[in-house]
Amino acid sequence: MSGVVGQVLLVAVLAVPAAGAAVVAALRHDRAARLVGTVAAGLTLLAALPLVAGGDDAGGAGTDPSPAVRPWHQVDLPWVPGLDLRFHLGVDGISWPLVVLTALLTLLCCGYTLWKVPCGGSGRALVALLLVVEVGILGTFLALDLVLFFVFFEVVLLPMYAIIVGWGGPDRRRAARKFALYTLFGSVLLLVGVLVVVTAAGTADIVALTGGTGLSRGPQLAAFTLLALAFAVKSPLWPLHSWLPDAHTQAPTVGSVILAGVLLKMGTYGLIRVAVGVAPEGAEWAAPVLGVLAVAAILVGSLVCLAQTELKRLIAYSSVGHMGFVLLGVATLTGTGLRAALIGNIAHGIITGLLFFLAGAIKDRAHTGDLADLSGLRDTAPRLAGLLGFAAVASLGLPGLAGFWGEAFAVVAAVRVGGPLWLTLAVLAALGGALTAAYLLRLLRQVTHGQASPVVAQVGPGVARAELLTWAPLVLLTLAVGLAPILVLGVAQAPVDALLSGRP
Amino acid sequence: MSTPVLLGTLLPAVPLVAGLLGLLLPPASPEAGAARRRARRAAITLGTTGAALSLLLAVALLATLDAPAEATRTWVDFGGLTVTLGVRLDSTVALVAVAVAAVALAVQVYSIGYLRNGPHDEVDVDHRYPPYAAQISLFTAAMLLVVVAGDLILLLVGWEVMGLCSYLLIAHERRLPAAPGAAMKAFLVTRVGDVGFLLGIALLGVSAGSFRIADVLSHDHATGLLTAACLLLLAGVAGKSAQFPLHTWLPDAMAGPTPISALIHAATMVAAGVYVVARLFPLFGQVPVALAVLGVLASITLLLGAFAALAQDDLKRVLAWSTVSQLGYLTGALAVGAPAAALFHLLTHAAFKALLFLAAGAVIHAAGTALMSQLGGLRRTMPVTFWSMLVGLGALAGLPPLSGFFSKDSVLYAAEEAARHGGPAPAWVGWSVWLAGLVGVALTAGYATRLLLRTFFGAPRSPLPQPHDPPAVLRWPVLLLTVPAALLGLAGFSGTFARWLEPYGSATRERTAELLPADPLVHVGPTVLLPLVLLALGAGLAWARWRRDPGGDPAVLLGPLRPLSARAFWLDDLQHTLVVRPIARLAAGARTADEVVVDGAVTGSGRVAWWLGGGLAAWHRATLPRAAAGVLAGALLIGLAAVLIGGDA
Repeated sequence: MSGVVGQVLLVAVLAVPAAGAAVVAALRHDRAARLVGTVAAGLTLLAALPLVAGGDDAGGAGTDPSPAVRPWHQVDLPWVPGLDLRFHLGVDGISWPLVVLTALLTLLCCGYTLWKVPCGGSGRALVALLLVVEVGILGTFLALDLVLFFVFFEVVLLPMYAIIVGWGGPDRRRAARKFALYTLFGSVLLLVGVLVVVTAAGTADIVALTGGTGLSRGPQLAAFTLLALAFAVKSPLWPLHSWLPDAHTQAPTVGSVILAGVLLKMGTYGLIRVAVGVAPEGAEWAAPVLGVLAVAAILVGSLVCLAQTELKRLIAYSSVGHMGFVLLGVATLTGTGLRAALIGNIAHGIITGLLFFLAGAIKDRAHTGDLADLSGLRDTAPRLAGLLGFAAVASLGLPGLAGFWGEAFAVVAAVRVGGPLWLTLAVLAALGGALTAAYLLRLLRQVTHGQASPVVAQVGPGVARAELLTWAPLVLLTLAVGLAPILVLGVAQAPVDALLSGRP
Repeated sequence: MSTPVLLGTLLPAVPLVAGLLGLLLPPASPEAGAARRRARRAAITLGTTGAALSLLLAVALLATLDAPAEATRTWVDFGGLTVTLGVRLDSTVALVAVAVAAVALAVQVYSIGYLRNGPHDEVDVDHRYPPYAAQISLFTAAMLLVVVAGDLILLLVGWEVMGLCSYLLIAHERRLPAAPGAAMKAFLVTRVGDVGFLLGIALLGVSAGSFRIADVLSHDHATGLLTAACLLLLAGVAGKSAQFPLHTWLPDAMAGPTPISALIHAATMVAAGVYVVARLFPLFGQVPVALAVLGVLASITLLLGAFAALAQDDLKRVLAWSTVSQLGYLTGALAVGAPAAALFHLLTHAAFKALLFLAAGAVIHAAGTALMSQLGGLRRTMPVTFWSMLVGLGALAGLPPLSGFFSKDSVLYAAEEAARHGGPAPAWVGWSVWLAGLVGVALTAGYATRLLLRTFFGAPRSPLPQPHDPPAVLRWPVLLLTVPAALLGLAGFSGTFARWLEPYGSATRERTAELLPADPLVHVGPTVLLPLVLLALGAGLAWARWRRDPGGDPAVLLGPLRPLSARAFWLDDLQHTLVVRPIARLAAGARTADEVVVDGAVTGSGRVAWWLGGGLAAWHRATLPRAAAGVLAGALLIGLAAVLIGGDA
């Protein structure tokens, strides 16, 4: 693929959903608007997929250590010349899988909205907001300029707030306020961190900054602390996670899917691309702390899940544990660990997206998410129960499904680092894996097994065609990534090695 | 791709495809009718075809494999750690695969008749046959994957998928309130063991730089690391192969349909742990500590299972505990450095235990109960079942010339050798396994006799009036399984068979292959007298007790041990008190702490900010005189500051 086509696609990935959002907002007819939004989301996915072509993967890896980021395609335009800010976008093997995941989940959410609008507001507005969120997330994954990265990072916040407030559950206002304020606090740290880097290094170009060449040790430590804290709020890393359960529980189904599926990934992606990339020395310095917190997140997250009594809240909390595995992988700062983190990111997006769709479907049918009131779903709705079982089993990291690779290899990476600390972390993380199985099996036992409870007894056995169409891609991807992890990791080999080659 | 490699690759693939296709069939239909019958027929076809094809493939593999074969391709690379997709085939693989596929086929066929409405089903029950048959196919595929896998990660895939399938199948019976809990227990207990298994694999893989079994075996690991890795792997083995203290899931797993018990107990699941140790024996053989631990666990498991089996009233639970006990023989053989003997007993055990469970299923099917206190006198009404059961129990107890006699003899012989002359493990391990094994012989004979007498002899106590032999679809799998259960032991006389069972890559194999014709596994000599005497003693005591009181339970012989054995030494309750309840409490505590402390700090800081803002705002809402005074004071302060600072300048 010629460079121009790549650049056009790169811009299209952002421009199409942005234009789509504008058109959707302008249209008066609700259903037509939702249709237009879905088409825009579909076109975005179509633009994102071919970005992989022409990415020369092996491009000189190992021979030339710099630059440590070698985008397949990039667009680099002056933006605010006075401040030396550039509109610099690029895609490589680390960001591409996330870009595709974002585009896919947004498409599925828009399509789902075509079938069912959660009560609260107009479907038109919801689709428009979803597309704006998509622009922000995709921009974050594509930005190669720190200030631009920050701007896109912030674009997401308010529309997501609006989605929760507009279409959420009974306690939506408090949850949305907490979400917005908490993550805004993280953003302030991010802004300060970005400014520290930019003033110390004199440039905001991520390509130039990666490897930590432009920064001395002091600013690196300061920058990493600030950036890591900011991304830890977003990921979220225990103990900065408490916005997540409320927001995920109160958000409408599509909101939860986007939140858990891709929004959290902005944090882990930022940690890998920006924090580790720009301040590798700082990362090295903070790695043990990060590792300990990650394992604490795994254990606390799974223990809290074990004591949860609400379906959606349980799934929300499970993200804390799962993202703990991803962060453990990052904290090892090894090729194994970063690969585990990347595939864990994708797997969590697919599987938890599916889990939230299914939890939403169950709550819509039974009109309650209270685990005590739900039982015997496999008697009344075997297909739905079977899908929930599949998603739960994938989530507990069954080998052969997507969730396995990230979690098992985060443990392997910790073993690989060696030493008493990391071996202990590996053991504890592996025990966390057993606890993960415990709470998901408890969930299944409660919801699907046993005698049908009164609220479940009136649930019909059918699954709507729209629902199947929405869930099928996620089910298939769970299987595909599980059986062929190369789908995600194949493109990430060279960028990960390059990222680590700059490490001191 | 050579023929054996192709066969080995297809071996797990065929039942996998059958299973996945089966899952696509409609799981249940709202009313009985043509749709359900059609789905059921399709499920039966898929399940039996898949199992039959894998049996054919396994036999073909056994026939075509003349030298160990291996094929590998990279699956994924994790930063210098290669995970491969590949098979590693030798005669052991082929033999175990034949056993797995044969039992799977028997179970698939048997289930057709077993999961139909029985005589005691008043209501029309939808047995959800399509997912059931598909899960058996997946189960078979997973076990076959463990058997052929040439890479530890690939092996782990089969290992865990098998755990999942056991979970699904144990929970199958929807009318049994105990089933979901038992299923969850099975998955969780084995999963706890798998924590160690994963860590062991991680250590070995990181040390060797690859997860390929050939690389891991040939790599020169550091001693400390190898010891740690083997001990960790043993945790997973103890979980899957139901070794003390992770054996608690197996008896509860009886909540599953009887054919599933046959599948789990005979050829899959519990066999996997033993098989993996045998497969990796070149590593375990270098670590006396691991073998010693395994030997101790084996001795405890062997006796624990046998005592518990003696005191159960439920027919299936007796068989379940007997599996626990027999697994003690298997791991004991491994611990004394005799993987070939372990695999030999694994194969015969697969045959006679599958037979026993399927025959027990016929009894339960006909009598409507599994409690021996409500059975009795079935010998006349169910002759086919009686004779099959007799063969199975004889093989289990080790009655010559049935299969169990020879394989158990080879285990005891190996243990005795290790006790007298030492082996890879310390001599005391040999003594421990040997003595436990001998006591086990008497106990096994005791509970086998008790089961036979209480079920088939004496006065009928059955609640159903006319128990009778099962229909052909149930009868034939049972009858066919009596053949290997009776005769497989004779294979132990063959040196070739013995060589087939030596683990590939171990020192003994090369030696025997190059220098000597292999020793046969069966050693007929004066030493076989001792187990025979003990067998007669155990069976005789049970029989004598029953003669005195045909309605009573020979378990009274246990005396004060009886309630203890019936509750399996309270280990379940111990596990509940020491593990389950503390974790539940910890979880509740973690939830409260998370909500009150961590989230409390967040909402608290929000409230403080709100309160501060409110205070400041109230402070600013002043009346005119105070505001004027404030402005004046401010001006004064600024003026003062200007004078002071300006004065300095």
